[in-house]
Amino acid sequence: MPTVRIPTVLRKHTAGEAKVAAPGSTVREVFDALIATHPGLGEDLLEDDGAVRGFINVYVDDEDIRYVSGIDTPVEDDGEIAIMPAVAGGAG
Amino acid sequence: MESDTSAASTAPFRIDRSTWDVLVERARSDFPYEVCGLLGTHGDGTIEHFPIDNVERSMTYYVMDGKQLLRAMRTIEDAGAELAIYHSHTHTQAYPSATDISLAAYPEATYLIVTLQDRDAPDIRAFRILEGVVTERPVHLLDTKVA
Repeated sequence: MPTVRIPTVLRKHTAGEAKVAAPGSTVREVFDALIATHPGLGEDLLEDDGAVRGFINVYVDDEDIRYVSGIDTPVEDDGEIAIMPAVAGGAG
Repeated sequence: MESDTSAASTAPFRIDRSTWDVLVERARSDFPYEVCGLLGTHGDGTIEHFPIDNVERSMTYYVMDGKQLLRAMRTIEDAGAELAIYHSHTHTQAYPSATDISLAAYPEATYLIVTLQDRDAPDIRAFRILEGVVTERPVHLLDTKVA
């Protein structure tokens, strides 16, 4: 099943684990499974309407899912989903 | 290696002269736009630099290119290096802005700000940002020996 790379800021929901395996063939399915076993992740990862929060980047095998099929992007069984908060800021 | 995220470390952030110069030069190179990137400090103290494009190309805002960020973060994490996240302020002091604080999502990182506010005296300051609380780390500049 696919593995998910968890950023430090969200590891409080995964008992400190940096990589967690969860079943599914799309990002949505894997996230649903992941949130079912680690409920705290849901609020930090998704908006109320189920979309990925704006400042969270999600990659499947190094491709940003915004440029593939969003949360419906397919994931191979041996694929990796990486969750990475955007790095942004500025003087403004 | 897991960085201490339970309390903000106020231990000095060590940076060698050549890395300092590279960051200042990079900040100048795209003036007046903000530049950004990551540093990974290895166990032996050597610092690896990962310049990352600012996809906003703005004077007051930066967003790191997502794909470059992924590659650099993975390299740093897999090497067990200590993460630092830097960007430049071209017209303001080297202190985290409200935007910097609200968007800081890496509790393990040291946030570096390169300021060109005084263009003749560029400066770099280092901070931890944990849940909205900013703690400064003194910057120790180490002179590189010339071979």
